[in-house]
This record gives sequence, structure tokens and C-alpha cells, in this order.
Amino acid sequence: MHRIGVFVCHCGTNIAATVDVKAVAEEMGRQPNVVFAADYPYMCSEAGQNLVQDTIREQRLTGVVVCSCSPRMHEATFRKAAAKAGLNPYMVEIANIREQCSWIHKDKVSGTEKAMILARAAVAKVQLNAPLTPGTSPVTKRALVIGGGIAGIQTALDIADAGFDVDIVEKQPTIGGKMTQIDKTFPTLDCASCILTPKMVDCAQNEKIHIYAFSEVESVSGFVGNFSVKIRKKARFVDASKCTGCGECVEKCPMKKVPNEFNMGLDNRKAIYIPFAQAVPKVATIDPNYCLMLKNGKCGMCSKVCGANAIDYKQQDEIIEEKYGAIVAATGYNPINIDKFDEFAYHQSPDVITSLELERLMNAAGPSNGTLVRPSYLNKQDDHNAHPKKIVFVQCVGSRSTCSEKGAKEYCSKICCMYTAKHAMLIRDKYPDTEVYVFYIDVRTPGKLFDEFYRRAVEQYGVHYIKGMVGKVAPKADGTLDVQASDLISNEQLHINADLVVLATSIEPDKTARSLATMLTASMDTNDFFTEAHPKLRPVESPTAGVFLSGVCQGPKDIPETVTQAGAAAAKVIGLLAKDKLVGNPCIAHSDELMCNGCSSCEKVCPYGAISYEDKEFRQPDRTVAIRRVASVNPAVCQGCGACTVACPSGAMDLYGFSNNQIMAEVDAICR
Amino acid sequence: MQVNDTQFKPLIVAFCCNWCSYAGADLAGTNRLNYPADVKIIRVPCSCRVNPMFILRAFQRGADGVILCGCHPGDCHYTSGNYFTRRRMTLLFSMLDFMGIEKERTRVEWVSAAEGAKFAKTMNEFVEAVTKLGENKRLEDLRCKK
Repeated sequence: MHRIGVFVCHCGTNIAATVDVKAVAEEMGRQPNVVFAADYPYMCSEAGQNLVQDTIREQRLTGVVVCSCSPRMHEATFRKAAAKAGLNPYMVEIANIREQCSWIHKDKVSGTEKAMILARAAVAKVQLNAPLTPGTSPVTKRALVIGGGIAGIQTALDIADAGFDVDIVEKQPTIGGKMTQIDKTFPTLDCASCILTPKMVDCAQNEKIHIYAFSEVESVSGFVGNFSVKIRKKARFVDASKCTGCGECVEKCPMKKVPNEFNMGLDNRKAIYIPFAQAVPKVATIDPNYCLMLKNGKCGMCSKVCGANAIDYKQQDEIIEEKYGAIVAATGYNPINIDKFDEFAYHQSPDVITSLELERLMNAAGPSNGTLVRPSYLNKQDDHNAHPKKIVFVQCVGSRSTCSEKGAKEYCSKICCMYTAKHAMLIRDKYPDTEVYVFYIDVRTPGKLFDEFYRRAVEQYGVHYIKGMVGKVAPKADGTLDVQASDLISNEQLHINADLVVLATSIEPDKTARSLATMLTASMDTNDFFTEAHPKLRPVESPTAGVFLSGVCQGPKDIPETVTQAGAAAAKVIGLLAKDKLVGNPCIAHSDELMCNGCSSCEKVCPYGAISYEDKEFRQPDRTVAIRRVASVNPAVCQGCGACTVACPSGAMDLYGFSNNQIMAEVDAICR
Repeated sequence: MQVNDTQFKPLIVAFCCNWCSYAGADLAGTNRLNYPADVKIIRVPCSCRVNPMFILRAFQRGADGVILCGCHPGDCHYTSGNYFTRRRMTLLFSMLDFMGIEKERTRVEWVSAAEGAKFAKTMNEFVEAVTKLGENKRLEDLRCKK
């Protein structure tokens, strides 16, 4: 037998002005199983809460209904109050008679009548409430960071700094990511490697951090606090524990014609290589697509010269399984493929390059040792034509465009305006005889010291900014490029005879992000950026509990923003790993095993992968034992949406806190 | 019996998801946006929690209209719940229409937590549409008939 107490709040005059609270309390007092009903000026005040608690004790209440403001406001308050008085907090229901009644209705008669109906529905529901206890699950105190760029590095360093173990999985042979390829950073113009490589070394030396370089995530199972991840360590054909990174093998390797991806294919590397001098870990890697020994079984030069005896042509991929409490996605970005942008003659002329290629051309460790040369003169740098005299920058190549069939993106890539200003400024600073033109749709420079930086490029360095887009780049017989463009302000067609054209290509999430999102059951937007749990209030968490986001994988951003987000993601991870136990939401789905027929309907609609099946023994009426496949819900993963409860054809699935009977009772109470 | 339109007060049941539409309804209240008291809201975690049985039950017990509100497509707190709602309700509503419960009496609407004004407007429109149709027929549970 239930003993329900109903408490009607005046909320000053907020409710009492349009709802006759005394009448509501009296009416509720007449309801079956209601043993106490009262009104009070402010239920949420300490005195009001004391009234609830005292009544629970005195009247031995089994359920409480508070008729007040929205449950989004004070449900937690009254649940806590009930718990203090020894009543299960989930035996409390709120009838929302302020936001959804008194504040929207002017007429006191209909307002009072509606308040009574809402209260009646809550009374009907609370009688079917079950005492719930949130489940707990342990936390593995180790984090996984997927991606070893500046985002992943910063996240890992911050997590390790708080004393937790953290692993970085990086698919390239070295950590560092895109930032290693960048020459200088805006708006301060510090050298990117000078600020990045110390952090890479910190990662390598930190005993809390383990780097799985040249590795990829193979599969992810489990849930927040208890992820189980398989990592594929790809074969380097070099024993990383023996290799000292001396580079002798690279020196002697006869296979010299491998496009060097670190320098954007502008020069070549060997078949055995260390991506760059400051690589972490500094271990050689054999490229099996080019290695003569691995392809034809002839050569073996590297093995002969290796003093550490580290070369292992028979090395196989290795699968490692590790447990983690939290996972951070930091998979970063790539410039888009511009093969279909024929108008820029990217494939027709070597002197049409992307901005990332220009970064390598201007970098002291790049193919031209930092001298700006036209790529067509890369091997004859002393030629008087090698140095470009007129450079055209084209902004928004593939950004802010609806040409999705060409691979263009509708979004703004955010960083291009600033790095183009940086390039223009650096070139004008080092080569004042060079004329620089920048074609733009809009110059977007929000950020600390950003607009000042761009203005400096225009005013101090005399870079010609022209509003308008380039329509065509035509290579001419003399090796120069005819850039045809329109100046939208003077409304003129322009022809510029350029030596070098630089395309500020759009950036897109790394291709591996999509498959990773599937493994993590983390959601993505239409552009394959990870979506955050809330765009404003939870920007570094994914909607999947225990999965966090760091860097460009969540949306285009520059280095300062990436580092900020990386730190924020680390703080969230630390907050999670610092807990010994996770307390779940008890309002989750559960399956009645006697009714379940194991049809898998619920599993198919579950967005979290919370439902699994197990074979269970059931005693039959004839005393034999039958084994049936039944659904079981993982309470740590289920978020309580209820999709499965409706999908279940046999009615075996139900949701605690919002059960079929509870909602039916509400419907009945309202429709009377 | 002819029902007088000026006196007829429809009984409307509104199912609102906790994360968007219920919050949108709260916002309508906070902004003091009026809509008729005929609307009674039932809170559910997600619009996909609404079993077609609940709606049939409401029509069985004398509801004149049932409206379901959820997060906008793509914004579901649980990623995909409202897509299930959309599909299920398309089927259910066309079946109800076939059974004689006009399709103006049933509705699915996406209301975000920021759309208090939309919530009030939707409810005003819906109540007006249902009021025009007058009293609803009651569904009968044929299992109870001898």
C-alpha cells in the first residue's frame, strides 16, 4: 500500500497568482493513497525541504509528489531532501505547475484545473516508481590518446602531469603531426619545430607516457572507465628497441627515388628512412613498397651496415591489447585533394603549389634548405630564374564552396587567412624584391593579435590584397603562369604573370577518423568532424561517455586553439580518471528475460551498443532445462533513451524511471 | 449531439523529450508565452521512448489530439532517437488516419531547448486545429468487447 505525500508550492505569487494552490492541495488530499497534502510558500527553501523531510518520517511516506517549478530546476533538490529523510530519491516526482501551467495561463479556473490534472498524473506515476540505485563501475586509470600531433601531445603531457598513465597511438613513424612540417607560426612567427620538438622529447622521456608510433587502433570495446583497445603495431622491419637512430642505414640505402611525404613530395627519400632529424622515436622504418630486399630479396645493405643489428626483414604486425579508462580522439587533419580543381593547373605546372608545400620550401630543413625557389628550378637553384619575382596566393581553394563534387567544403578552414598573411609577410621580409598578391573572398582574422598581424602584412610589408577569386591559372611557354582573376572592388579583369602560385587548400578531417568514430560509437557531422556533446557547454566531450575530443578532429582550429582544447580534454580525462568509481544514471533499460526471445531488435536501435546477448538456462514447465538467447543491457553504457523499449516486439524491454506502466498511468490520469 | 465550437475544450496530450522540447516548453513558460491550458505535457527521456501504445491509449481514454515533440533531426541527445520517432509516427499516424482519427489530431514537431516561442506557437496552432475538428471518437479496446 502506497503512502503518498503531495506538496504544492506557491513559489511566492509565481504559482499562487494563477493557480489556487490550496484547492490543488485539498483535491490531492482526496486522491487514493495520498495520506498527506499541503501547500507552502517556497518548497525549495530550507523550511520547505524540512517540511518534506519531516513528513516523510512522520507519515512514513513511500512516495513524494512536489507540485512546483520544472523538474529541470529542482528535481535534484527534492531527491536529495528525500534521500536525507531515508526515502529512495527516485520515489520523488515533480508536477511542473509553474513553467508549464501558472506562467502560461492567465485564467485561474483553467490554471487550477490543469494543475490538478498534472498533479494527479504525477501521483499516478509515483505509485509505480521503483526505488532505484545507481550502478557503479570501476575506472581503469590509464588514458589512450589517438593521434600524436600537437593536440595529442599536449593532451598526453597534461594527463601525465596529473600522474596518470597515458598511451599515444600515432600512425606515422614519428609523433609531431602536421606541426612538424610547418616553418613558422602566426602571429608570433616563432619557429614551429623550436616550440614543438621539446614537447615531443618530453613525451618520449616522461615515464607516464608510452608512445605507440607507426601503430593504429584496430578495435575498441567496452565503455567509459573500462575500454579495451586493440592496437596494431605495424611492421617497421626494424627492431625499435635496438635501433639507435644513427642513420647509417639511410646513408647506405641504394633506393633513392621514394617521394618524401614529409617534404610533400618535393624531394626524395630512401626506402629506409627517418622522417626528419628530430623524429620521436628516432627509429628507422623500411618502406616495403620500395625496399629491394623486401620486394626482390636482393640487397640487404641496411642489415649489413647496421651496427646495432636492428634490421629485421621478417618482422610482422603485432597486435597489443590494453585497457583504458578514457579515450581522446586527436586525429587531426589533412589538406584536401585538389586533383579536380583543374582551373589552378596544379598538375600541369610544378610552380603551382599548396601552402603546405610552401612551408616545406621555406623551411631550413626542407628540400631547398630554406631558400625560396620555384619548384621547377629545385635542382638548379643558382639559375637567375630560380627565385620567384611575382607570387600569387589564392585563398579559399576548396573552402566555403558548394562544389562538393570537386571535393570542396562548405565550411571555412579558419587557418588559411592567417597563414597566407604569414607567408606573404615572410616572403616580403626575406625577399623585398618579390611582389606578392593575395586573392581573397573575405579576410577573416578573429583572434588575439591576428588582425594586427594581417594589417602589418598589408601596411608594413606592402602585400597586395585583392578581393576576388582566381578563375584560371594557365602555364605559359616561358615557364611563367598567367593568373586570370577578377578584382571585385574595381570590377576589373586582371592578368598577372606569376612565377609561383600558392593555393590555400581547405583542410579536412583525417580519413581514419570515420572508421575510428564507428569503433568508438562517437558521432560525426556531415563533414566527418567529430561532434561534441554540447557545442557550447561540453565542447571537448563526445556524446559517448569516456570519449573526448582534442584538436582539428572536432573542427578547424589553429595551434593556440588546439593546445587550449587539448588541455581542456586532458582536464576532463583527469576528472574521470581521478574517480575510483563511476556512478551511473539508474534510469536505464532492462530486459525481462522471461519475455525476451533474443530477436536482436533492441540491439539494432541502440545508439550506444549497450545491448548484448547471452545464452541462459531456463527451467521449463516440464522441468527440463532449455537454453535461450536473451538480451542483457550493460548498465554502464546505457544512457536511457528508451529506443529499445519501443522496438521490442515482445515487450520485454522497459525503462526504469519511465516505464511503460508509469507513462500509461500518466496518460490515464490526464485523459479522464 | 452537436458540439459548440466556442465551448469545446479539446484534451491534448503532449509528449516532450527531456532535453529539447521539455526545456523548450519551460522556456515558453519563462517567457510567459501563452498557449491554451488544454495541453498537458508528459515528460519522456527521448521522443523515441514514446510507444505507439501510449498514443493509442490516449485516444482510447478520450484525448482529442496527441502531439510529440523532440529534438531537431541531427540534434538528438541520444544521437538518433528522433529518427526512430519520425519513422514510427509516420506509420502510426497514417494508420490512425485510416481508422478515422484525422491526421490533424496527431503531430510530430521538432522543438529545441531554445525555441520557447516555437513551442507556444506550435501548441496554439495544434489546439486550434483540433478544436476545429471537434470532439474525437474514442478508440475501443476490442479485446474487452464480448
